Formats: sequence, structure tokens, C-alpha cells
Amino acid sequence: MAMERAQVERTGGLPATVAREKLFRRILGRQPAAWLYLMPSLILFAVFVFYPLFKTIYLSFFLSDMKGLPTVFIGLDNYVRLFSSPEFIQSAGSTLLFVLYTVPATIIIALILALLANEKLKGIGFFRTIFSSSMGISVAASSVVWLFIFNPSAGILNRILSLFGLRGINWLADPNWALFSVSLTTIWLHLGFTFLILLGGLQNIDEHLYESANIEGAGYFYQLRRITLPMLSPTLFFVITVSMIDAFQTFGQIDLLTKGGPGNSTNLIVYSIYQKAFINFDFGSASSAVVVLFFCILLVTALQFKFGERKVHYQ
Amino acid sequence: MRIVKQTSLYVVLTALSLVLFFPMLYAFSASFMSAQEVLLGHFLPSTLHFENYLQAFQDVPLFRFLINSIFISLVVTFGVLAVSSMAAYAFVFLDFKGRKLLFVLFISTMMIPWEASMIPNFVTVQQLGWINRYAGLTIPFFASAFGTFLLRQYFKTIPKEMQEAAQIAGIGHFRFFMNVVLPVSKTSLVTLGIYTFLTTWNAYLWPLLTTTDELVRPLQIGLRQLQSQETVNEWGVVMAAVMVVAVPTLIVLFIGQKHLQKGLTDGALK
Repeated sequence: MAMERAQVERTGGLPATVAREKLFRRILGRQPAAWLYLMPSLILFAVFVFYPLFKTIYLSFFLSDMKGLPTVFIGLDNYVRLFSSPEFIQSAGSTLLFVLYTVPATIIIALILALLANEKLKGIGFFRTIFSSSMGISVAASSVVWLFIFNPSAGILNRILSLFGLRGINWLADPNWALFSVSLTTIWLHLGFTFLILLGGLQNIDEHLYESANIEGAGYFYQLRRITLPMLSPTLFFVITVSMIDAFQTFGQIDLLTKGGPGNSTNLIVYSIYQKAFINFDFGSASSAVVVLFFCILLVTALQFKFGERKVHYQ
Repeated sequence: MRIVKQTSLYVVLTALSLVLFFPMLYAFSASFMSAQEVLLGHFLPSTLHFENYLQAFQDVPLFRFLINSIFISLVVTFGVLAVSSMAAYAFVFLDFKGRKLLFVLFISTMMIPWEASMIPNFVTVQQLGWINRYAGLTIPFFASAFGTFLLRQYFKTIPKEMQEAAQIAGIGHFRFFMNVVLPVSKTSLVTLGIYTFLTTWNAYLWPLLTTTDELVRPLQIGLRQLQSQETVNEWGVVMAAVMVVAVPTLIVLFIGQKHLQKGLTDGALK
């Protein structure tokens, strides 16, 4: 501000200049410098987020050629075909089942870990580090490790089964087990992050609440139900939303563990989009699936805002 | 009573740690086993076969992939810190028309899943000639709504008096930003930096699409390449490569865990 005023004075403050300055400010606001600070973000968002979003919607109304370029406008035909294709219905069904397998289990296990790791003990930092460790392990690395664990002959899981005299399971090649196996990998992979967020939420709860409850002689589970869970609910809600969105977006595990098989049983939606777009180069049909995915995720986020907002305290 | 409770807690914590960390311990152990030991289902190697690591580095240009991953992750981290901190500065310290509206626009990008823009982005990057270039793996990720939001929350806690004092002293915005705002926000910058480094290091789908040769390929895709070209028996070599991929981020996580937890929780809840 001071600088700008000094500048006006230096330029002589001619009436014309002042008028132009005023006009300038009316358009850009009092501190036009703001746009310089925002410019990099705005350009990048425009090029890599907003333009492609609209382009995807546009592409979904077209047939595309071998290079993926749009050719003939076909209106909603891509959508009609999508919803009448058994593969897509199966893919959507598998994705929903996958969400159901992974989200509740991840959150319940992470919550138990967080409650345990929130106790004040010597060396608790070590356990916290171990519990959060999967956050530092990439999708690719953990999928390859689990590929080894699931291996029918060399893998440890079937070794353990054989110790009990049970027959080995073809974890990733059996259509009845594949989705379960991928879910197991995913739960393990997401535990670290979910644990870390929930632990943070627990640590933010006011100590005094527990002190007064202790004076009144309330037991552990009573406190858990009446203090901890209600106070943790905004964090829980956030974690549920993030986990659901993560589950919708699953890709790496599928690519490395099953490639969508056996018999399409693990062909989750993002993997099917990848196949449509980058293996068959059918951008039009892939775009329509992307738009469907987009609205599913939007719905989850909107629910988070509608129900989560009320309980969250914004600064 | 207290001792009983504490001991049982320790027992439970240790057991859970072992179960959760078991896959990594198993992989670590297998990375030193010969192919035969793996097939026999041993849990511990009889002798340490360090040659698995050598083999992994020979089978694919693992060293090149490692350098690529470090370079890409560092560039994205500093890119995000620069771009987000500038935007956050504008939102907190500068008064301009449409500030609220623009902030909503920024936040709305968080609701757009990355896949929604994947196909056109691939075409854009292709047309820019950025396939198999570092630019294609880094520049599209520089703008971060989450980063802007996280830093904005922190910048808002900086007293307005500091800005007023700087104005009176005739310090311009850019100097105030560089010499005052950024240094006092070091903790949030570190949190965002660790988070960005980890997510970039672990990225999978985008590098898979945009690296068709080995020149700029990051470790994750290199691991996929190694895994697909190894014969079934070479689990020791594959696990050695897994260790090379996982250990750097584990170290970053172990060092930055406290920072990350605090920063992410604040970001999630405020």
C-alpha cells in the first residue's frame, strides 16, 4: 500500500494517471500484486484441472478414432452403451464390493490401533512409527510384497495353511478369492495413513473431559462411547470420506496383482478406464466412464460437506 | 493392577506391530535368500545373499530409476512449496477483488479426482512433447489446492501487526513474504514438503502412462518392469528391489512422522 502510494506520487500524480490508476484498481482490486502471486496456481489449474475436466465431458459425447481423437458426435450413446455393457456393470459392482470390504475394516482396525497408541507409555513413539509405517511404503512396493505372500507355492500364506493341514488357496487366480486378496492388501496399505489421522484426532481431544469423567468413576468403555467417539466424529467422518474416495481410485494394486482378472472379478472402475483409454485407445467410451466416476466421488464429497461440516469447527 | 495393565498393553502393542510389519520383515528376509530357499519356504536365509541386490541393479537400471525418483520428488516438492505458498500469501495478506470466489474455486479442485483429467492431460503432455521428459512428471503437479489450504491456515495465525509493521518500515510484499512469512511458517512448509515428497515418490498411474522408456522412469514403474521380466523363481531379487524402493520413503516417514501427523490433522480439521 505505502509503496503503491509512493509510486503514484513519483509519477507526478497527473490527473490522467490517477484516473487510470483508479480504473485499474476498480478492475483488479486494491492490490493487483495479488494476481502475480496467484498466477502460477491459476495457470496450472486451468491447464491441468479445469480444461481437462470439461474436455473429458466433451469427449464423452463423441466417438473416437484410433488415436483417441473425437470424430462423430453421438450424444449420450457412450453412456447408454456403458450402462448396458455387462463388463461395466460388473466393474461397478466389484468397485462397490471393494469399498465395502476395505473401508469399514480399515477404519475399525486403525481406530483400535490409534486408541492403543494414544495411551501414555514409555516407548509409545516406536509403536506409533510402526503402525504408521505403511504410509511410507508405495503401492508398487507393497503390491509386489503381497504378490509374494499370495504366491501359491512359495508364499507364506499357503505355507501357514499347510501347517494346519489345509489345502492351499489360489489367492489371486481364484475368482472367489481375488477381490478379497486385493482388499487385504489395500487394507494393510491404507492402515498407516488412517491410523495417523485418527491418532491426531484423539490427541486433539481436551484432557479435562477425561479428568472429570474419571472423578465420577466412569469406566473405559463408557468414556469411549460418551467422550472419545463423539469428540472424534469429525475426524472419523473425514477419514471415511477419504478412504471411500481412495477405494474408488484404486489402480496400482490391481495392475500389479491381478490385471483385473480372473474373469474381470477385480476389474475395478479406474482399471477398466485405463484399459479402455490406454490399451484400446477408446477415449470416448473411457471418458463417459470417467464422468460417472467423477459424479460418484462428487456425491461422496458432497455428503462429507453436508454432514461433516456441522461438527467441524472452522477457524 | 497398573503393572498388569501396562504389561498387557505392551504385549498387545508388540503383537500388533509384528503382524503389521510382518510383510516388510518377510520381504526383507527374502531379499537375502537364494531362489531355492525361497521355494522351500524358509523364513530366514541361511547365508546372506547380497548378490540379490547386485542382480536387481543389473537386471534393470535400478540406479537410474532411483536417481529419477529422487529428482522428480524433490522438484515436485519445491514446486508445490513455491506455488502454494505464493497463492496462500495472496489469500491471507493481499486484498483483491473476488478473493472469496477464487478461494472456493481453489477448494473445488480438491473435489475433482485426478482421473477426471487424466485422458486430456495425457494428450496435452503428448502435444507438449513431454512424454519421457521430467517436465511431464513434475510440472502438472506444482499447483496444489491442499497445499494452498494448509499454508493459508497457518499464515492466518501470523499477527496482522507484523504486516503493518513491515508496511510502515517500507518493506515490500515480496520481501515480507520471503523474509518474514516463509521463515515463521517453517513447520507447515516441512509438513507439506514431506507429504508432497511421499505422494510423488509413490505415484504410479501417471508415470506409467508418461514414461515409455527407461530414461526418466521412476522406481515404482521400474519395479513393475523388474517384476514382469523376472522369472518366477527370482523372488529374492524382486524383494531386494522392493527394499530399494521402500527404504527411502520409510526413512522420510520415520523422521517426519510427528510433523506429518500434526500437519495433516490440522489440515483435515480446520
